[in-house]
Amino acid sequence: MRHIISVLLENESGALSRVAGLFSARGYNIESLTVAPTEDGSLSRMTLVTEGSEQIIEQITKQLNKLVDVVKLLDLTEGAHIEREMMLIKVTAEGVDAREEIKRLIDIFRGRIIDVTDVTYTLELTGTGSKLDAFIEALGNTTILETVRSGVSGIARGAKSLHV
Amino acid sequence: MTLLSYVIDKKEYYLEIVNVELNGAEILIRFLKDEGVEHVFGYPGGAVLYIYDELFKQEEVKHILVRHEQGATHAADGYARSTGKPGVVLVTSGPGATNAVTGIATAYMDSIPMVIITGQVNTWAIGSDAFQEVDAVGITRPCVKHNFLVKDVKDLAETLKKAFYVATTGRPGPVVVDVPKDVTIATTEYVFPETVEMRSYNPVVKGHPKQIKKAAELLLAAKRPMIYSGGGVILGEGSKELIDFTRALGAPITNTLMGLGAYPATDDQFIGMLGMHGTYEANMAMHECDVLISVGARFDDRVVGKIEQFCPDATIIHIDIDPASISKSVVVDVPIVGDVATVLTDMIALVKEGKSGQDENALKAWWNQITEWRGMNCLNYDRHSALIKPQFAIEKLYEVTHGDAYVASDVGQHQMWAAQFYKFDEPRRWINSGGLGTMGFGLPAAIGVQLAHPDATVACVTGDASIQMCIQELSTALQYNTPVKIISLNNRYMGMVRQWQEFFYESRYSQSYMETIPDFVKLTESYGHVGMRIEKPEDLEGAMKEAFAMKDRLVFMDIITDQTENVYPMIAAGKGHHEMHLSPERELA
Repeated sequence: MRHIISVLLENESGALSRVAGLFSARGYNIESLTVAPTEDGSLSRMTLVTEGSEQIIEQITKQLNKLVDVVKLLDLTEGAHIEREMMLIKVTAEGVDAREEIKRLIDIFRGRIIDVTDVTYTLELTGTGSKLDAFIEALGNTTILETVRSGVSGIARGAKSLHV
Repeated sequence: MTLLSYVIDKKEYYLEIVNVELNGAEILIRFLKDEGVEHVFGYPGGAVLYIYDELFKQEEVKHILVRHEQGATHAADGYARSTGKPGVVLVTSGPGATNAVTGIATAYMDSIPMVIITGQVNTWAIGSDAFQEVDAVGITRPCVKHNFLVKDVKDLAETLKKAFYVATTGRPGPVVVDVPKDVTIATTEYVFPETVEMRSYNPVVKGHPKQIKKAAELLLAAKRPMIYSGGGVILGEGSKELIDFTRALGAPITNTLMGLGAYPATDDQFIGMLGMHGTYEANMAMHECDVLISVGARFDDRVVGKIEQFCPDATIIHIDIDPASISKSVVVDVPIVGDVATVLTDMIALVKEGKSGQDENALKAWWNQITEWRGMNCLNYDRHSALIKPQFAIEKLYEVTHGDAYVASDVGQHQMWAAQFYKFDEPRRWINSGGLGTMGFGLPAAIGVQLAHPDATVACVTGDASIQMCIQELSTALQYNTPVKIISLNNRYMGMVRQWQEFFYESRYSQSYMETIPDFVKLTESYGHVGMRIEKPEDLEGAMKEAFAMKDRLVFMDIITDQTENVYPMIAAGKGHHEMHLSPERELA
């Protein structure tokens, strides 16, 4: 099963490589990983998307907790949560019909066109991973020049929060 | 601020020194003194010259100059295993650090507290492929409990304190502190950090009372209870509690290779080591028990064998200080996270309280079954051989040293025979590389043990292959007068490799025979020690007595043993505990 694990870790050089190293050394999957400092500059927040059986996920959370740089973690998948990913995608947009079609499509998906040239559009879209996948699917014959995805960020719903 | 007073011509003067600044090298050595470190095992080089210069100016911290950095790490490791105090290593950057890696990984696999200080190139040169530069923090990351790169001298003392704290608490392990050369010459004020706080590191000590109660109830209700204890009992100083607990419960106990000595081997309730080369009775008892309690052991593959067939009828309880060790391979029913001594103390009270409810008849029947298994006499070997049997050599070692030696071992067949035939009655006496299985560990580890216990009898059980992997430390042993007795079982083979090739590769002895080996007697003599060669069983006891009588000399006993001998019992990798080979003549299952 797919799990989203949120990790608060010391904002120190090497902390990220400890996490990445742990996953490669123990053969765990990483689907995506995002990390950035929080409002407290000494802490980074990481969102990890991984897949595995219950036993493997249990090991992953235990091994992560064992890292000295990890302050706290939460498996978001255990409760109600929100996940978001941002995508920047550059497509060819030539001819009135094609340009109209792409504009309509990005409106439907509640995205935006953030850069325009005579021959291209750059689009911005936020949502769950599957929504972004669906958008790429919907582009159909449109030529994609570049796709940049941020990887999943997640947060628990309601009053529950991961903090020190 | 420091206040100095001195008297000149009967007049007292005060000199107030504000902000005494020390350089990084001075801070490092001052810190080691303040931390109570007595021995540092190391080897100098460019990046650590300021530190060595400070070492030179004082006498409290004794430096042990090894002949290879691997030797430094193993010696510090042996020191740590035999005392419980952290072993401290000091090596230079680049090759100094990489040579230390094998010893760091060895300590990591067996959870040994060590602090390894590696020199590093100047901070401004890091990343430039400078002379003798390696990314020591990167290279060691997968085989340390934690590591640090000190970029500012202001962080040095606090980082060192953290390193010792992390290395010695919770599940112990090696910690590397990488110190660039310019940090050792930069100056700052030094204050010894008495305490340390890390919000991200808080090892659990006390076990959960509900879980402990549940475990005690299960054990008391068991018809065939079994105790399986490991190295965690030794690391956690829980030997006394383990003995009390085992006696209170009245159950049989087996120790892992790492746990030998935690429970006295000569006690009736001890049924030997378990696992791949464990005793018949221990492995059968594991297979047949109905409640198993694991105390500070990690269900290693050499112990478990085939996971699906591991303790098939048992409810499993597991005490461990490391939550990640619980249900890592074998899924357990009652996990208890905590320090073994603390948890056992809580459990002993409950077991004593509920003792009257125990099914005495069932326990009696269980012990009858175990006595029957013991009757197989699984460690028997040919005692009438004209050749020296390796088992015989270890038995003699046990007799001659009255079971009272520290035994450091290398890795291979001799290690298994030492584990089977030397009955350890106390913790911290059996020093071996169990997890990583590092050949070359024995001699430097024995030197570390001897330095920690100058008056103790220290033996190094080794073989002709293993001993050659760190033989250079014979020179260190002379310099520091560590009169280790080397019991080398010489069969000209990498015996364990040969055994596996015989069993599983149709006796194709690919590269496991050494056509040339040195004359170990002459070699030892050239290092300034005493060498002996023993070729006949009848000469062994006398020679061993003679060797151990030389209290102040290192003696290398080159014992020519039967080349064909194999370690039994044996469970092939991936087989169940009941599928043991007892000997070529006695095949089971």
